[in-house]
Amino acid sequence: MSDDGLPPLSLTVPEPEVRPGGQPDFSHVAIPRAGTVRRPDVDADPESIRDLAFTIIRVLNREGEAVGPWAEALDLTPEDLLAGLRHMMTLRIYDARMLNAQRQQKTSFYMQHLGEEAISCGFQRALAPGDMNFPTYRQAGLLIAAGYPLSSMMNQVFSNADDPMRGRQLPVCYSSREHGFFTISGNLATQYIQAVGWAMASAISGDRQISAAWIGDGSTAESDFHAALVFASTYKAPVVLNVVNNQWAISTFQGIARGGSGTFAARGLGFGIPSLRVDGNDYLAVMAVAKWAAERARRNLGPTMIEYVTYRAGGHSTSDDPSAYRPAEESNAWPLGDPILRLKNHLIALGAWSEERHAQAEAEILATISTEQKKAEAIGTLHQGQHPSKADMFEDVYAEMPPHLLKQRHEAGF
Amino acid sequence: MARMTMIEAIRDALDVAMGADPTVVVFGEDVGYFGGVFRCTAGLQAKYGKTRCFDTPINESGIVGAGIGMAAYGLKPVVEIQFADYVYPAYDQIVSEAARLRYRSAGQFTCPMVVRMPTGGGIFGGQTHSQSPEALFTHVTGLKTVVPSNPQDAKGLLMSAIEDPDPVIFLEPKRLYNGPFDGHHDRPVTAWKTHELGEVPEGHYTVPLGKAVVRRPGQAATILTYGTMVHVALAATAESGVDAEVIDLRTLLPLDMETITASVNKTGRCLVLHEATLTSGFGAELAALVQAECFWHLEAPIRRVAGWDTPYPHTHEWSYFPGPARVAEALRQLVEVA
Repeated sequence: MSDDGLPPLSLTVPEPEVRPGGQPDFSHVAIPRAGTVRRPDVDADPESIRDLAFTIIRVLNREGEAVGPWAEALDLTPEDLLAGLRHMMTLRIYDARMLNAQRQQKTSFYMQHLGEEAISCGFQRALAPGDMNFPTYRQAGLLIAAGYPLSSMMNQVFSNADDPMRGRQLPVCYSSREHGFFTISGNLATQYIQAVGWAMASAISGDRQISAAWIGDGSTAESDFHAALVFASTYKAPVVLNVVNNQWAISTFQGIARGGSGTFAARGLGFGIPSLRVDGNDYLAVMAVAKWAAERARRNLGPTMIEYVTYRAGGHSTSDDPSAYRPAEESNAWPLGDPILRLKNHLIALGAWSEERHAQAEAEILATISTEQKKAEAIGTLHQGQHPSKADMFEDVYAEMPPHLLKQRHEAGF
Repeated sequence: MARMTMIEAIRDALDVAMGADPTVVVFGEDVGYFGGVFRCTAGLQAKYGKTRCFDTPINESGIVGAGIGMAAYGLKPVVEIQFADYVYPAYDQIVSEAARLRYRSAGQFTCPMVVRMPTGGGIFGGQTHSQSPEALFTHVTGLKTVVPSNPQDAKGLLMSAIEDPDPVIFLEPKRLYNGPFDGHHDRPVTAWKTHELGEVPEGHYTVPLGKAVVRRPGQAATILTYGTMVHVALAATAESGVDAEVIDLRTLLPLDMETITASVNKTGRCLVLHEATLTSGFGAELAALVQAECFWHLEAPIRRVAGWDTPYPHTHEWSYFPGPARVAEALRQLVEVA
C-alpha cells in the first residue's frame, strides 16, 4: 500500500438488480402517474424542459382512460386507435408465426418485437409520406403501420424468389424506400448518423421531409450515437432521435450502456437537444410525443431526442436464451404492462371495443397472416422452393458490373 | 488550357461540379470558411454558400455517415477526410455502409459519394500524415479507388468520381499537390507550371475511371504504379538505363487489366511499385493478377518495391520512401534475370 493511506483503486462493474433464480423487482423504477407530466410548446427553450428527460410521459391510466395534456393534444378518433391496435396485433401475430417458422427451419433467423409493438407502430403515425425512418432490426411496426405488404416481409424472411432483397440479407433486414424505411444494416448505430445526414440533405434542398433515427439502449454506447448527436445539434437537423430502452442488449442490462447518466434521454441534454422520456408501452403517449417531435422538426426547430421506456419481453433473437441471464418471470413483473392490452382496455373504456370483437379481430388477423404465409412458403423458404437466381448474387455491387465481377460470374458458371 | 497545381485542379473540379449540379455538396473539417488545410476548397463557400460547402465537427465517422444519409436522399456529397491517416474512425461507415448500400437494398438506396483524402509520404509527415491505405479500400467490394498523379488527371478523375453512381475513394498524393516529385529530395522542388500535365482544360471534362495510361513506352520491363511513384518510376527508368514501360494505373479498382496485360505480355518483366507497406499491399493483388494473366510471357519473377513493413518513420523518411535509387536497382536486377 502507498503511504497516502488510501485503499487501492477498484473497478465498478454495474450489475442488474436480479439474476436467474431471483425475484424480479422493478420497485426502483420511478413511474409517474399518467397525465401528470406537462406538455411544453414545441418551440420551448431546451433549457426550460430539462426535467422531461428524467420523468416518463404517460397518457393511459390504470382505468384505461387517456388523461393529461399529452392526451388533450392528440385529437384522435376511435378509428385511429382501432387502426393502431390492429397494427400492433398484426406485428405480434406476425412475430409469433415467423418465430415458429424459424423453429421449423423455414428460415435461419428471426427477431421479434414482443412488448415493444407500440413504439414503432405508434411513431409511424406521426410521419408523412416522404419522411424517412432509419430503423434498427426491431422496428418492423414502422412497415406495418405504413402499409407495407406482409407478403414482402415474409418473402424477405424466407429469402425466396420474391424476396425484395433478393436473398442477400439476413432475415428481418427489410428495406422499402417507398414506405420510408431505410435499408437495415447488421452494423449497430451506423444508421443513426445517416438519419442526421438525410435530414441535413432535406434542409439543404429546402424540402419539407424529416427523418427519424432509431437505436436501442445498448447501441447508444457506439461512437456513431455520439456522431449523430453532435451533427444533429450543430446543424439543427430536422430529425427525431429515438432511443428504445428495452432494458436489455442481448444479455447486457441497460446500466452497462447508461452508466451514471440516469436516463438515456439525458444524453441529449448535453448537446442542447430537447429530450423527452416516454412510456413505450403506452400507444397514445408514443404517438403524442412523436407528433410533438415531428412538429418541431417540420417547423425547423431542430432535433428532438426521445427515450422510450419499455421491456424486451422476448429473447434477443431466435439464437438467444434469456433464461441464462435474467429471471424467467421478469417480463410479467414489468410495471408498464403490455402495450396491446393497454390500448385494448382504453378502447373498451371508450365503448369502441369489446372482448368479443378483440377475439374476433385476433382470429381475422391470424387467418390473413396464415394465408399470406402459405402463399410465401409456396414460393419458397430457406431450403426449399424458388430462390433468387445465382447470377443475381453479382448484381448491384456497383451500378454497372465491372470486368472482374463479370469474369467471376462467368467462372462461377452463373 | 490553364496551368494549375493539383490543388487548383481539384478546386476547379469541385467548382465546375458545384456550378453545374446543385446537388453537389462539399464538407469536412476546415473545408468551409477557411478553404481546407491544403486550400483545395478555397473560395467555394463564398461562391456557393454555407449550405453547399461547410465545416464539420471533428468526427470522421460523422462526416462519412452524414454523407451516406445525404447520398441516400439524393445529394452528391464530396466529403473530405483531412488526412488518409485519419480515415479509420470512418472505416465502418465506408465498408459496412457506403460500399454495401446498393447491394443490400437491391438498388433502393445508393451512395453516389466521393471521399477525398490526402495520402502518401515524402513530406516528413511521420506516422499519421504519410500513410497510403489504398489496400484497405481495394479489398472492399462496392468501392472504387482512385489515385491521380498530376493536375490534369486529378480534375478529370474527380469529375468522373463525382458523376459516378457508386462511392469513390479519391486519394490525393499530397506530395504532388504543388509539383511533381520524383523522390530526389535533395534537389530543388519543381512546380506543375513547368510540367505538361500541369495543363488543365477549363470547364467540364472527364478522365474515365478504370482506365490506366502509359506514361513512358518501353520494351524491357513494365512498371505498374500510381500516385507519387509514377514520377519516381520515370526517374528510375531514366537513371537505370532500363527501357521500362511506366504505367500509371490511375484507378486501382476497377483495374485496367487490358493495358496491364498488353504491356507485360510485350515486355515479359514486371515491377510493381507503391509507397504503401509491402505485405498484403495492393502490389500483392497486382502481382497475383499479372502472374495469372501473363504467366507464359513472364521471363523473370515479378518484383515488388514498396514501403517497408513498418509504421511510417519521421527521421528515416528517405530510407523508408521507395526512391529512384531503390527502384533503379530493382529494375536492373529485374532485367538481369535470364
